[in-house]
Amino acid sequence: MTTALLDVQNVSLAFDGILALDDVSFRVARGEVCALIGPNGAGKSSMLNVVSGLYTANAGDVLFEGERLTGVGELARRGIARTFQNIALFRGMTVLENVALGTDFRGRASFFEQALRIGRAPREERRMREEAAVVMDLLDIASHRTDVVGRLPYGLQKRVELARALVPRPKMLLLDEPMAGMTVHEKRDMCGYLLGAHEKLGTTVVLIEHDLGVVMDLSDHVIVLDYGKKLADGTPDHVRADPAVIEAYVGSFAT
Amino acid sequence: MRIEATPWSEPNTSTPPPRTSLFARASGRAVVRIALAAGGTGLLLVLPLLVDDYVLSAVLVPLLALSLAGIGQNFVTGYAGQLSVGSAAFMSVGAFAAYDLHLHLHGTPLLVSLAFGGVSAAAAGALFGLPSLRIRGFYLVASTLAAQFFVEWLFTKVGWFSGNSASGVITAPPLSIATVDLSSPGGHYWLSLLVVAPLTAAAYNLARGRIGRAWMAVRDMETAAAVVGVRTGQAKLLAFAIGSFYCGVAGGLWAFAYLGTVEPHGFDLDRSFQILFIVIVGGLGSIAGSFLGAAFIVLFPIFLDQLATFVMGGSVDPGVLQNIDKIIFGGLVIALLAKQPAGLARLIEIAWLRARRWTLRSA
Amino acid sequence: MSFFIEVLLGGLLSGVMYTMVAIGFVLIYKASGVFNFAQGAMVLFAALTFVSLTERGFAFPLAFIATLAAMLLLALAIERIVLRPLVNAPPLSLFLATLGLAYILEGLAQTLWGTQVHGLDIGVSDAPISAAGVSVSRFDLFAAGTAATLVATLALFFRLTRSGVALRAVADDPLAAIAVGIDLRRLLALVWGVAGVVALVAGLLWGARVGVQFSLSLVVLKALPVLIIGGFSSIPGAIVGGLIVGASEKLAEVYAGPWVNGGIETWFPYFIALAFLLVRPAGLFGERSVQRV
Repeated sequence: MTTALLDVQNVSLAFDGILALDDVSFRVARGEVCALIGPNGAGKSSMLNVVSGLYTANAGDVLFEGERLTGVGELARRGIARTFQNIALFRGMTVLENVALGTDFRGRASFFEQALRIGRAPREERRMREEAAVVMDLLDIASHRTDVVGRLPYGLQKRVELARALVPRPKMLLLDEPMAGMTVHEKRDMCGYLLGAHEKLGTTVVLIEHDLGVVMDLSDHVIVLDYGKKLADGTPDHVRADPAVIEAYVGSFAT
Repeated sequence: MRIEATPWSEPNTSTPPPRTSLFARASGRAVVRIALAAGGTGLLLVLPLLVDDYVLSAVLVPLLALSLAGIGQNFVTGYAGQLSVGSAAFMSVGAFAAYDLHLHLHGTPLLVSLAFGGVSAAAAGALFGLPSLRIRGFYLVASTLAAQFFVEWLFTKVGWFSGNSASGVITAPPLSIATVDLSSPGGHYWLSLLVVAPLTAAAYNLARGRIGRAWMAVRDMETAAAVVGVRTGQAKLLAFAIGSFYCGVAGGLWAFAYLGTVEPHGFDLDRSFQILFIVIVGGLGSIAGSFLGAAFIVLFPIFLDQLATFVMGGSVDPGVLQNIDKIIFGGLVIALLAKQPAGLARLIEIAWLRARRWTLRSA
Repeated sequence: MSFFIEVLLGGLLSGVMYTMVAIGFVLIYKASGVFNFAQGAMVLFAALTFVSLTERGFAFPLAFIATLAAMLLLALAIERIVLRPLVNAPPLSLFLATLGLAYILEGLAQTLWGTQVHGLDIGVSDAPISAAGVSVSRFDLFAAGTAATLVATLALFFRLTRSGVALRAVADDPLAAIAVGIDLRRLLALVWGVAGVVALVAGLLWGARVGVQFSLSLVVLKALPVLIIGGFSSIPGAIVGGLIVGASEKLAEVYAGPWVNGGIETWFPYFIALAFLLVRPAGLFGERSVQRV
């Protein structure tokens, strides 16, 4: 049996007495698309933040490829990239610069080499541009390369953020509501991009999503959270039929 | 909903992508900078033959020195977003270190002294930049403010730095490189140009490259920067170190090429604010802006002086003039901050784009 | 031992005056969210105006009221001309705008009233009072007393009155405050007016102490370490911070000063503040800000 790529073990998280996550455990297998769903306030974003090291869990462990994840700083190096619910782009920079930052962590040229444009620096910049060009073409944002991100419309910003996450070809992609606020067409395109990345790169995708149609079509594995507890964990069909899940979504007045 | 996976293609490595040469880039901002740089280069070199000594000594040399300091300040505050009000202190370190090296190691080449000044300032900058690893936002001023007052006190009280001179006044050494005598105003100008031009090119490269992006990421959203793997602590310290290096070299130029003396009170809090104003007026996060801001700071009092003399018909009391200068300057800063927070660089960019659009339309 | 107590006492009294100046900053920070660098220039402006009026023969109370009126007008002008156009600007821009404002005020004050140093006499002598083997300057006591009274009045005013509550609401969340109907403009005018009054009292006290001159605005910059230690938006913090800064700088100057030729006071408080920040990055009483993603 292969070890799971992501192994969340008994994670609990409390904020000033409020239990955001209550002893949650699950595993995400390598290569799957896993959706994290649940009503508002269920703890989904908190879970993602714990995995990506932004929150420190009060109890439990998060293992990636069998090793503990110890903090934000090592995410990129270990092949994890993520997007945020409220778009965490660098507003003062252009699209290209934002995307470039996705792979900049691999840069080895010293500031001296960069200042004089010698040694490793030009080679690394060129490599960055090539890789960025591929991703920007894929996500249809290449024509906006030199636009300052802060002035772009919402849908475009979402794609730029995804591009930044994809450009380092991460092993695992954590997406917090990647399709929030999008039209049906935009959502279809976004799903296309995600599946493309998933199939070609073998990227494991963990996403928080509210559109259940998208979830059912896109994912191999669904985890349901409610009030910080894990309610269900299985294939989309299995979860869809689970009475506890239905009740959580619809309430006890389900007909 | 049937979803089709978008085919993901490999980068085409057989035919290399077209090199985006400096001149081919379409961005208005870049074109402004190229035009300024290219148009100026030839002119800059022959300038001493065209203008009189007053312009060289009182306008161009201080302008170049202040621009360099402005670039340094820009790295820290404009690019990396770390508030620093101690630029003058680092200029001071640069000036004194350069002077002391020259004093104790006779025959040290001038450029080496200036470089040493820069490196010393970089060390000081990194030291006072350390608190930025723990303190964020406005509170960080405490560190550079401490640097400002401490350095001023140190160089005033501890006589060793001033070569224990009895009068307390230190004269800068005569300037020469190899056997070329640079002591004329033209020589001072060429020295400044020789120092500032390559450092500006290097600054441009830094801003455009990985470290510049890391700085701006830290400025715009530090948490997200950490998520994408930026080493935020290292980036901040580098900003302080490199920025202070530039300030240090600028300080050396200021003392050697402009004033001709090295004294601590020329690098006081007012000077730090002046450098801060340079980058605000010129445009935070713009290398060209540092030059524009410095030009404004240097030319404004002169312009006002000429205007007052013209309007008043005779000479005006310099004290009164200085105060009017302050009032108008303060007002301009507020107006600029309200109307165009991105400074003169952006104003010029907008004007340039408008001009381009106008010419394209009538073509 | 009694010498130590004298120095300590002198420092603490100094500290109370720093606190008073710092409160001006705290009020404006709570209301406008900006470190008003122009506070120093406002102190200078107030002191210069008062002194110039008395030198021209105005009686003390009349000069006081006239200066007070001028300060209130100034406050309103600042709110209208500087703050309103910049209402949505980032904090750095606001700070730099107050810097620009400081330049304007300094230039204005010196254009109107000249650049010479003026002596200021408010009728309290510097003669020492002795008690229990310790002597303290009478003036220092008076100044500290006045400052303490002002601080206490302000603290009570802002804790107990409607305006005070409104100010705390605005400091907490300006948009929410507007949403519940708080008149932001009137509150800002009130706060800047009070800051002007504080500047006036500070100007008189400090001016009497060191003379009315340009460097007065630098003295006021000392409020920054006070605020850093105590937190920018806390009045109790300003009190504690002021006392710490006043006492420590005096002690350092007296005991370590002679070894290094003096002048330690100019930088020592900033290092103290820095040390505090490294331990508590939000100040002793300040609120920690959370960066939301």
